[in-house]
Amino acid sequence: MARHFLWLLLIPFVGLLWVPFYNFHDPVLFGFPFFYWYQLAWVPMTAFLTWLAYRTYPNED
Amino acid sequence: MKTELDIPAVAVFLFFFALVTVMGFVASKWRRPKTLASLDEWGLGGRQFGTWITWFLVSGDFYTAYTVIAVPALVYSVGAYGFFALPYTILVYPIVFMVMPRLWQVAKDNGYVTAADVVHGRYGSRMLEAAVAITGVVATMPYIALQLIGMATAVKALGFEGELPLIAAFVVLALYTYSSGLRAPALIAFVKDIMIYIAVIAAVSVIPGKLGGYAAVFDAADQAFKAKGSGSILLQPSQYVAYATLALGSALAAFMYPHTLTGIFASKSATTIRKNAVLLPAYTLMLGLLALLGYMGHAAKLKLASNNDVVPALFQTLFPSWFAGFAFAAIAIGALVPAAVMSIGAANLFTRNFWKAYVNPQVDTAGEAAVAKIASLVVKVGALLVIIYLPTQFALDLQLLGGLWILQTLPALIFGLFTRWFTAPALLAGWVVGLFGGTYLAWTDGLKPLHLLSIGSFQAMVYVGLIALVVNIAVAMLVNLVVPKPVVTAEAAST
Repeated sequence: MARHFLWLLLIPFVGLLWVPFYNFHDPVLFGFPFFYWYQLAWVPMTAFLTWLAYRTYPNED
Repeated sequence: MKTELDIPAVAVFLFFFALVTVMGFVASKWRRPKTLASLDEWGLGGRQFGTWITWFLVSGDFYTAYTVIAVPALVYSVGAYGFFALPYTILVYPIVFMVMPRLWQVAKDNGYVTAADVVHGRYGSRMLEAAVAITGVVATMPYIALQLIGMATAVKALGFEGELPLIAAFVVLALYTYSSGLRAPALIAFVKDIMIYIAVIAAVSVIPGKLGGYAAVFDAADQAFKAKGSGSILLQPSQYVAYATLALGSALAAFMYPHTLTGIFASKSATTIRKNAVLLPAYTLMLGLLALLGYMGHAAKLKLASNNDVVPALFQTLFPSWFAGFAFAAIAIGALVPAAVMSIGAANLFTRNFWKAYVNPQVDTAGEAAVAKIASLVVKVGALLVIIYLPTQFALDLQLLGGLWILQTLPALIFGLFTRWFTAPALLAGWVVGLFGGTYLAWTDGLKPLHLLSIGSFQAMVYVGLIALVVNIAVAMLVNLVVPKPVVTAEAAST
């Protein structure tokens, strides 16, 4: 059951490697074009997904 | 840029440099073992680093001084394309999470110190072990040389001329690495990471304010690229595949290097590594913001002799000189940590997979440490000579090829953790074809990281390292199907 959460780690690969998905100027956020804030937003999102994977992983300590 | 000696900047710089030098020597007494005379202690810090030390050590040697200089420089010169460093350093952590705890466990259970140890233990093949070890050492050497370039850029910005300051810094580094081993960069990494964080947070919060905000910064960069006729703040459709394959290929290669693996092997537990996969992206966020310094260079209308000067020039132009000195010290110390870990990683490979394998198989643990200490000195002297006597471009070209080469060790090192299907001859054949074929492609393209791939109507620029890896894996699978399986060795069967 728990190991199913490892699949979450594939999501950032889809979100970041399919470039046509985010190569836009608009919408702008805090002066950042979409291309930049979209990729920056993947940093905390990936950390969160990895944390979910960590929480559900049978860690030894 | 200013070139005369800047006294407040130099004073701050020297203070921090002296501080980390003392720390480097004191580190031999930190979490003191009975003796430092074993590779587990000298080369891996006792395999006892917990979550925080590992965080500082891995980020300290993964986000190097050269990164701090070169990523903004690339963004300054080409725009959005240079930003591939961000998806690269995001995707690397899911990979670390999935792969590295297993690798750590195998190394811990069998007392392995290097990637080549793991490969030899798994397949019992001296040839495959040697292939992985040689690739590791050769790929690391230019990487150390690049750290020197990063340090030289900072030292030059302070107003020092000539190579003497660089040589002095490296001699000091070599001496405390010799005496303290991995404990020295692990301890110094705390100072390095905190300093880099302070410098970058100051830069990304203060500089845009002085230049009219982030919107103005992006506008200025956009106009500069249009005026120049090259580069752009968005990607061209023809760059999509290049951007994605560079990010993926770099992420796959990142933890194949001896220095990053040394950080992994030195951790206390597999859980420590998984926790770090969650926590290390905090540094990636900083790298993303740092990359934008390239655009701020356009907004500040800097006149630069070299793209690599964009970060130092920004600090000199927009900050008081004492803070510029602080930032340059952060960059220089940011070179010391990876250079130390890289030389230790290369020395571990030499000792375990050449000296112990061929010269003196009976060498005891104290003997191993003695050999590794000498080897770490030789590696650093070699890198220093490369920088002093060969053109800078030579180190840059070798570094590019180094990334391609180290990526070709991935199947041998990683596949065995998940499947028993592959055999040593198959993986060796894949390595040979990937490494030499990839090098040939890069060579004929004029040492460029991208190769134009045409398959039917599909045409795209693709990262050459990733092409070589795909061919490498395909050859390994093919040979595996054709050549009969040998009997599994007892040692390999027990792992």
